[in-house]
Amino acid sequence: MLRAAWKSLLGRKLRLFMSTFAIVLGVAFVGGTLIFTDTLNKSFVAIFDNSVGDVVVRPVGAGDADGTATTLTVPGEVVDELAKVPGAARADGNVATFSLFVIGSNNRVLGGQGAPGIGVNDNDAPAAHGIKGLQVVKGRDPRGKDEVALDAATVRRAKYHLGDTVRLVSAGRRALLQPKLVGIADYPDGGSLNGATVSMFDTATAQSLFLDGKDVFTNAWVTAKPGVSQQDLRDQVAKVLPKGFEALTGDKAADESASQLLKAISFITIFLLVFAGIALVVGSFLIVNTFSMLVAQRSRELALFRALGASRKQVTRSVLFEAFVVGLVGSSLGLGLGVLLAIGIRALFASFGLDLSGTGLVFGWRTPAAAYGVGLVVTMVAAYLPARRSSLIPPIAALRDDVAMPESSLHRRLLVGTLMMLVGVAAGAVGLFADVPKQGYWVGAGALLAMLGMAAASPATSRPFLVFAATAYRRVFGSIGVLAGQNSLRNPRRTAATASALMIGLTLVTTMSIAGTSAKASVDRTIERTFLGDIVISNAIGQGFSPEIAETASRQPGVESVTRLRYAEAKLKGDRKFLTGVDPATLPQVIRLQLTAGSLTGFTGNTVLVSKKVAADEGYKVGQELTFRFPKGPTKLRIVGIHDAEFANYLTTLDALSQGGYKPEDSSLLLKVDRGANTADVKAALEKATEKLPIITVKDQREYAAEQRAPIDRLVLMIYALLGLALVIAVLGVVNTLGLSVIERTREIGLLRAIGVDRRQMRRMVSLESVAIAVLGALMGIGMGLVFGVALMASLRDEGLEVTRIPWVNLVVYLLASVVIGLLAARLPARRAARLDVLEAIGAE
Amino acid sequence: MAARVVDLTKVYGTGMAEVRALDGVTLDIGAGEFTAVMGPSGSGKSTLMHCCAALDTPTAGEVYLGDTEIGGLDDKRLTRLRRERIGFVFQSFNLIPTLTAEENILLPLSIAGRRPDREWYDTVIDTVSLRDRLRHRPNQLSGGQQQRVAVARALVSRPAIVFADEPTGNLDSRSGAEVLALLRRSVAEFGQTIVMVSHDPVAAGYTDRVVFLADGRLAGELREPTREAVLERMAAQEAGR
Repeated sequence: MLRAAWKSLLGRKLRLFMSTFAIVLGVAFVGGTLIFTDTLNKSFVAIFDNSVGDVVVRPVGAGDADGTATTLTVPGEVVDELAKVPGAARADGNVATFSLFVIGSNNRVLGGQGAPGIGVNDNDAPAAHGIKGLQVVKGRDPRGKDEVALDAATVRRAKYHLGDTVRLVSAGRRALLQPKLVGIADYPDGGSLNGATVSMFDTATAQSLFLDGKDVFTNAWVTAKPGVSQQDLRDQVAKVLPKGFEALTGDKAADESASQLLKAISFITIFLLVFAGIALVVGSFLIVNTFSMLVAQRSRELALFRALGASRKQVTRSVLFEAFVVGLVGSSLGLGLGVLLAIGIRALFASFGLDLSGTGLVFGWRTPAAAYGVGLVVTMVAAYLPARRSSLIPPIAALRDDVAMPESSLHRRLLVGTLMMLVGVAAGAVGLFADVPKQGYWVGAGALLAMLGMAAASPATSRPFLVFAATAYRRVFGSIGVLAGQNSLRNPRRTAATASALMIGLTLVTTMSIAGTSAKASVDRTIERTFLGDIVISNAIGQGFSPEIAETASRQPGVESVTRLRYAEAKLKGDRKFLTGVDPATLPQVIRLQLTAGSLTGFTGNTVLVSKKVAADEGYKVGQELTFRFPKGPTKLRIVGIHDAEFANYLTTLDALSQGGYKPEDSSLLLKVDRGANTADVKAALEKATEKLPIITVKDQREYAAEQRAPIDRLVLMIYALLGLALVIAVLGVVNTLGLSVIERTREIGLLRAIGVDRRQMRRMVSLESVAIAVLGALMGIGMGLVFGVALMASLRDEGLEVTRIPWVNLVVYLLASVVIGLLAARLPARRAARLDVLEAIGAE
Repeated sequence: MAARVVDLTKVYGTGMAEVRALDGVTLDIGAGEFTAVMGPSGSGKSTLMHCCAALDTPTAGEVYLGDTEIGGLDDKRLTRLRRERIGFVFQSFNLIPTLTAEENILLPLSIAGRRPDREWYDTVIDTVSLRDRLRHRPNQLSGGQQQRVAVARALVSRPAIVFADEPTGNLDSRSGAEVLALLRRSVAEFGQTIVMVSHDPVAAGYTDRVVFLADGRLAGELREPTREAVLERMAAQEAGR
C-alpha cells in the first residue's frame, strides 16, 4: 500500500510541488523568524555582557525610567569609597549618554533610526568576568575638550580618519560638538555594537558635556579581586552604599538590560510569526484542495485497492502518507528558505541601523523542531479530511464509469460555516469592545474563526455570485462564457476553497487599508484641530535633543514664542505611562486645549492635565493627586484640568519633569511666528541656523502632518508586502486548482477542440473561470475586510482614532487587481489546455 | 467528391518501434454517401478517419476535404475547418456534461459565432426525436439519447462531412439501431455525407459502401452491403491472413 502511495507521489510531482510551496513559505517564515530572533538575542546578550562591570552601582530610580534619560548621578566620592570595599580590585565611574549622534562625512546621521548614539568617558575599567571593555586600540586616548575617540565600526562607516574633525550632535547643553578624532576604540576580546555608535571623551570632558561639569558619574563599576564572586562583592558593596544608591551584580544588570531591550523588540517576532500563521492558514486551504482533487482523480484506483482487499484504514493511511512526505519535503525546503529569510531580515534591519553582522546566525534546536512540527502538522491536518473521504469510496466504484466522490451536503457546510462565523464575530467583538485580558488573542482567534467559517460556508454562499458571473459571461462571451461559467459552478467546494485562500489575504489587506487611511485622517484632524503653531522643530530620528536648539530658535527674528515639548515615562500605580511636559505660559499659543473641567490657571509646578478618556476610564476628578514614580522618587501631581484633545493623556509642566530628575532634553519645539512675519522666511532662517545638525528638522504645519502620517504609511506598506506573500500562495492555489481541473477535463477539452473550439477560445475559457474564482475571493475578502476594518476602527475610537474612513478607491483597485490576478493565474493552465493534443485528449481516460 | 486521400501514409515511432498504421491508402469518399470503414483492430481504420477529419497529420500523402488540401494547414485553420465543415460523433463521452442537450447541440455554431438556421434546427431536432429532452443535462439522458444528441450536434452546422467513430460501440443493440437508422436517414433525407468507422457488421448493413482495411492498406470494398455479405468478406479476410 505504501509503495502504491509512493508511486502516486512521484507521478504527481508538479501538483505536489505547488501545494508544497505554501508549506515552504509558511515554514520559511517560522524558521526565519526563529533564527533571526535567536541571533538577535545572542548578539544583544553579548553586548550587554560587555557593558557591565562585576558589580554595577547606580542611583535608585535610574533603572525604572528606562526609556528616558535622568539627571540622577553617582558622586565621585562614592566611587572613591567603592574602591576600598573588601574584595574590590578597583572602582571606576562611568559617564554615559544615549543621545550623542555621529554625523558622517556625508552629512548623514550614522545608524539612522533605532541604534543608539552612545557617549562615554574613556576609562580602562574591565567589564564583568575580566573581559576587557571598549578601549582605544589605534591612535591614542582623547585628552581635553577638543578630542574624541570613536569605535572602529563607526569610523569605517562614517569614512573618518585619525586627525579629522568629527561632527557630533548632542542632547546635552551644547547641541553641536566638533572635536578632533585622535583614537579608534574596539573590543580587544571581540564584541560588536550592533550598529550603535560610541564616542569617547576623557572623564572631565564627558562630565562637562553630559553631567553639567560636576564630579559625578552616571554609574560605577566595581571590579572584583581574583577569586571574589560577583555576589560576594555586591554584598560587600551594598554594606557601604549610602542611601539612594543600589548595587547589582554584573550578570543581573546585563540580564535586566537585555530583557528590557528584547521585550522592546519582541513585536518583531510576533509580527513575523503572525504572518507565518497567515501563510500556513492560506496554505492549508491549498493542501485541502489539492488532496481532495488528487483523491477524486484517483478514486477508481483507490476503489480498486479496496476491491483487492485493502481496508479503509489502509486507504486513509496511504493518503496521509503522501501528505506526510509532502509536509516533510515542504518543511525541509522551508527551513532552507528560512535561513535565507533570516539573512534577508538581518540585512533589512542593518539598513535601519541595527547591524548584527558581528554575530553569526544562531540555529537553535527549537528552529527545526518548530519548522518540522508546524509543516507536518498543517499538512497532515489539511490532508485528513480528503483522506477520510477517500476511505468512503466503495469498492464497487472501481467498476463504475463515473465515480462520484462521497460529499457532505452543502446545507451542512452552510450551517457549520455560519455558526463558526457567528462565534468568530462574537469572539472578535469581545476582544475589541469588552474589557478582557489578552484582547489580541480574542480578536485574532475571532477573525480566524470568522474567516474559516466564511470559507466553510462559501460553497453555498458563493453560488449566487457564480450564477451571476455565468450569466454575465454568457452575455459577453457567448458559449465560451457559458462553458467557463458552468465550469466554475461545477464543483462549488473546489471553487470556493480556492477563492477562500484569496479571501484571507484580501480581508487583511482591506482591514489594514481601512485602518491606515483612518489613522492618517485622524492624525490630520488632530493636528488641524489642536495645533495652532506655525512651525515644528523636531528630531528626525525621534530622540530628544539639546535645549540649546530652543534658545537658538527663540533668538531668530520673526519668532514670537517657542514651546518645548518633552516626553517622559513614569510608573503610575505600577503601570508605565507617557507624560508630556510643556511650558504652561506659551501652551495656549500653540495648542488649542478645550478643558471640560478645571482651568489652566493653576497649571504650574507639580500639576497635571489629564485627557477626557483617561479621566473617564480611571474616574479621575479635578483636585485629585496622582503619585508617579519619577527617577528622583515618588512625586504627587495634582489634577488641575481635564482636556478633550486626542493626545497627551498626561500633560504636565516642564518644571515637574526636571524636578523629578528627567534630563532637560526637548522632544519637539512648537513655534509661533510674529504677526506679520512670513512663515516661509522664518522657516528658511531656522533651517540655516540648524544646518550643521542634520538630525534637527524644521517643518511647517503641513509638512508636520505629513511627517506624522509617514510612519503609518510605512507600517501599512510593510504589512502589505508581507500579505503579498499570502496572496502569492493563494494565486498558486488558483493555478493549482485550474491545472488539476484541466487534467480532469482532458477528454472534454479534446471534444471541444474536435468540434471547433480554437486555442484562443480554449485559453479564454480557462481564464474566465480563473477570473470568476479570483473575483469571488476578492469580493468575499473585501466584504469581510470592510466588516473587520469598521469594527476595528470603532473599537479604537477611545484611543483617539476618531475618524473611520473607507478607502473606496483602493477597494475598487483591489477588485480590479483580482481580475488581473485571475488572468495571470490562468496563464499556465490555459496554455496547457490550449496545447493539449486533440487526439490524445479524446482518447484520455 | 466530399473527401479524398491520396497515397496516405502514417508512421508512428521510429526504428524498431516503427508502426505503419497507414501504408499508401488512396480513397475517394463520395458526397451524399454513407461510407463505413471496417477492419480488425490495428488495421488503421481509426487513423484513416483521424487524418481525414483533420485531427491527425499524415506522415506522407495528401488529404482533400472538398478542394482543400489539409496537409499544409496550421492549427488555427484546421480548427476552423473542423468547426465549419466537419461534424463528429465519438464512441463515448460525446457531450459536455455542464451543458444541456440543446446547448450541446448548438455548441459548434455558437463557438463559430453563427446563428442557427431555425428551420433546419427544428428539422434536426425532430429527426433525432429529442424535443422533450432539450433541457436535460447529459447525465439525465440514456446512452442512446446522448448519442442522438451528438448526432444532432454533428448535423446542425450542416457540415460537408460527418465522421462517426464507432458510434454504437457503447450502446445496447436497440439504442445502436436507433442511432444507425438516424444516420441512415440523414444521408437519405438531407444528403449528408457520413464516414463511419466500425467493426460491427450490423452497423455496416446501414451504409451505402463498406471499405475494408487490413494492415494499413485497402483490402477491397462492398457496395450496398448486407450484413451477410460483410460477414462473409470479413471471414474471407481472416482466412487470407
